[in-house]
Amino acid sequence: MLYVVQTALELGFMYALVALALFLSYRILDIADLTTDGTFVLGAAVSVTVTTAGHPVLAIFAALAAGACAGFVTAFLQTRLGVPSILAGIVTNTGLYTVNLMAMGWSSNASLLRQDTLFSLLKDTGIGGDWYEILLAGGITLLICVLLVAFLKTRIGLSIRATGDNKEMVRASSVNPALMITIGLCMANAMTALSGAVVAQYQKSADINSGTGIVVIGLACLIIGETLTGRKSVARGVVAAVIGSIIYRFIYAIILTTKIVPIDCLKLVVAVIVGLAIAMPTLKEGAAFQRRKMAASRKGGR
Amino acid sequence: MLRLENIKKTFNPGTVNEKCAVNGLSLHLKPGDFATIVGSNGAGKSTLLGAVAGSFYVDEGSIILDGKDITFMPEHRRSKVIGRLFQDPLKGTAPHMTIEENLALAYLRSSEGKAPFSRISRKDKEFFREQLSLLGMGLEDRMKQPVGLLSGGQRQALTLLMATMVPPQLLMLDEHTAALDPGTAEKVLELTQDIVERNHTTCLMVTHNMHQALTMGNRTLMMDDGRIVLDIQGEERKNMTVAGLLEKFRAGAGKDLDNDRILLSAEKEM
Repeated sequence: MLYVVQTALELGFMYALVALALFLSYRILDIADLTTDGTFVLGAAVSVTVTTAGHPVLAIFAALAAGACAGFVTAFLQTRLGVPSILAGIVTNTGLYTVNLMAMGWSSNASLLRQDTLFSLLKDTGIGGDWYEILLAGGITLLICVLLVAFLKTRIGLSIRATGDNKEMVRASSVNPALMITIGLCMANAMTALSGAVVAQYQKSADINSGTGIVVIGLACLIIGETLTGRKSVARGVVAAVIGSIIYRFIYAIILTTKIVPIDCLKLVVAVIVGLAIAMPTLKEGAAFQRRKMAASRKGGR
Repeated sequence: MLRLENIKKTFNPGTVNEKCAVNGLSLHLKPGDFATIVGSNGAGKSTLLGAVAGSFYVDEGSIILDGKDITFMPEHRRSKVIGRLFQDPLKGTAPHMTIEENLALAYLRSSEGKAPFSRISRKDKEFFREQLSLLGMGLEDRMKQPVGLLSGGQRQALTLLMATMVPPQLLMLDEHTAALDPGTAEKVLELTQDIVERNHTTCLMVTHNMHQALTMGNRTLMMDDGRIVLDIQGEERKNMTVAGLLEKFRAGAGKDLDNDRILLSAEKEM
């Protein structure tokens, strides 16, 4: 039981970085960034390859840089070349498949056998005892949270937030929205790649398909978290991403151990939940309208 | 200050919706000029402001601001020195950000070369509070609230403050009080006049109110069919009446003014 809890917390913290990335791209910039799936694998692939070469710490930074590059390509497509934002993400994502294979040495998966990882390095120091994995995963995620909240209060951060809120006003305030979208997407994809990089070192492997559907799972985490924290401020959104991600991993663990839902169906369940959650405002409006219509027809007899 | 040389802009060229919105227009504003613009529906008033602001590039002609050719300068660079207000009060502010954050964003204009990673300082906040109190709307006590909670008039006043807090070289107002209720419109107009006078800002204001067109500022322009058909100032303007202005328009454009809103507001004045 304790093992299940530990694993859920560890995975929750690591995948929370994807939810944080989506918070930045989807909530703040109002762009559905479909590069996410490919970027996650890119982070994992780069991380495993560089770790294999004997540099587990450098691997993290390499993955961050690779993720930022992927974000830049998507941003370039949509801000400079006029590709619609969703399509830009899909195009980059498709291209990334090949890049990811390349990064893993033209193989669909890569493993770390005896190499040192961030996790094994920390374990060797003895810090954290049995909880060293949570310590590392949580530490990285919380550090990113603090940096993200602080960043969004700076001049650039404010400009990025305003770009997602009212693009016209941003242009009239001497801020270049194309540049802000580029910075935002680079950061979001760097975070997604970081998630992939840490997960890969944790699981000691990278797989070309490990990113499939991660954008929807990340959104699910964010939405689950937001039902608890609300969407009033940036800090709440960041907390929502982390809490939501942990809750999601607990639900996942419960399903995995109790088998209430066959594990093969999990993605369908997640897709339905996310679809419903995003559709909720419209559904509520529609229901209210129907109630009004019925009330009116009862009264007026029309 | 502002010199427009023979500018021309056609929207949707080569289609059935082709529309020559500004057609060979020239205009010269002296520093401190405050010109009001009236004109018939589709005369090209908003297009003129859009061309100067850089919402699109003109097809022909050149735009020179303060001796600098800005014809091909992108909009976000022009907005460093050009402040702009729209008719829609929702256009000028970011609804999910607080009043303070919106002001900080507008204040970026002054922060050329300041570190992009710096945050809003206490000194900045004090300055914002002071500026907000000048509006006399009590907004200085609501700085942490999101702008989406403000009324249209309050948002427009805030936008006005944001556009002028760092005094721009040119301020452009596109019927910025038309969507407000009469009382609020009056108040925002008063604030506009105060601020423009205080900073001696060169200003272009589109209005549909003939009375405002004659009383505000020092110069009245009338537009029709993408051109300026009437440009009066000084004595001639001082002695002009709303009826006289309509008569002049008929003489200049060769037809009656067909802006329904203008006519409605003109009837009230006569």
